Amino acid sequence: MLDARGLSCPQPVLMLKKAMTGGGEKFEIIVDNTAAKENITRFARNLGYNVAADEKEGEYILTVTKQL
Amino acid sequence: MDSKKITVAIGLVIGVISALLVKFGNPANMGFCIACFIRDTAGALGLHRAQPVQYIRPEIIGLVLGSCIAAIGGKEFQARGGSAPMTRFVLGFFVMVGALMFLGCPFRMVLRLAGGDLNAVMGLAGFFIGILAGVFFLNKGYTLKRSYRLPIAEGTIMPAVQIVLLVLLVAAPAFIFFSGNFPDVKGPGKAHAAIIISLCAGLVVGYLCQKSRFCMAGGFRDFILFKETRLLLGFAAIFAAALAVNIFIGKFKLGFEAQPVAHTDFLWNFLGMALVGLASVLLGGCPLRQLILSGEGSTDSAITALGLLVGSAFCHNFGLASSAAGATFNGKAAVVIGIIVTAAIGFANCAENKEA
Repeated sequence: MLDARGLSCPQPVLMLKKAMTGGGEKFEIIVDNTAAKENITRFARNLGYNVAADEKEGEYILTVTKQL
Repeated sequence: MDSKKITVAIGLVIGVISALLVKFGNPANMGFCIACFIRDTAGALGLHRAQPVQYIRPEIIGLVLGSCIAAIGGKEFQARGGSAPMTRFVLGFFVMVGALMFLGCPFRMVLRLAGGDLNAVMGLAGFFIGILAGVFFLNKGYTLKRSYRLPIAEGTIMPAVQIVLLVLLVAAPAFIFFSGNFPDVKGPGKAHAAIIISLCAGLVVGYLCQKSRFCMAGGFRDFILFKETRLLLGFAAIFAAALAVNIFIGKFKLGFEAQPVAHTDFLWNFLGMALVGLASVLLGGCPLRQLILSGEGSTDSAITALGLLVGSAFCHNFGLASSAAGATFNGKAAVVIGIIVTAAIGFANCAENKEA
């Protein structure tokens, strides 16, 4: 699980981008603000991934999976 | 509606408001300038004594409070902080040094371009190079680590301070300095729209910027890193709208010479904005974005705003700020020092230099 809570822009997206270069079809990343959630969702969808968000106490666990 | 379309629409509104503020009395090509306006506020508070630039700018107050209202409304207000505050203070300080070398923050840079001020093209080039340098550090794993949730009272201080400033502006007690009180003084501090107009403009723009996450540095940065064009389109929309309004109201003047509150020193316009670009990327956002974040409860951004404030006071106390006559020797030295210090901060906070 990638922990991007509390990080300044654009580090959450960079974290996901770096993880994606290692290959893989499913990633989980946790953020704690809406802007980061939006940025990650936009980035992942532009690359052809689906993004599901699970919200709990102000934190979002985003599950990013490659569309087949 | 597509988020790009919404961002463009918001950019158009911001551009129109910014150009109209000049019609209502703000200095030319300065509907908004985060750097100049924080500097003016610093002067009003006596942190510097440069009489031509002393005025509590309601635009700044409005931006923070507008963002605060938007954040509370969208349930996004979160008191948080603790991510390298001293580093952010210093970065904010040097953003101001660079901005006062160029005579504008990135927002004003766009408005100057929209006013026909071609000197801002050098600024834009420098800004872009500075952002490239910032991206270099980001790709090396630069991070100031995370911020943490703080007690909500902590996050309310910055908005509360803005309300205090508004009271001081309106009440105008004798201990607050106003350029307008000095009859023999000429300067941008005397040029301002009516308080209510500036305040409302700031509130609207602050609200819109919080909702849209507007950031001038982010526009280029996200395009370079991710080929993401949303913020860049917003940036272009502000430019296009301000340009159209400027032409319509007769405030467009194309050229290099005799541009309002600007100088023609190509190299130092470039370097000043390069420093702003680099430091803004290392901060995670341009000065406008820092103000918006501070309204959302980010004390890291509030501390950055303090760095901007103290930086502006230093600039006028020690002759670092430029004027229409050009850059000063002290200012040039400060920009060079700023680039070195900012780069050192970049290197010091890269992933391989940090303990695990």
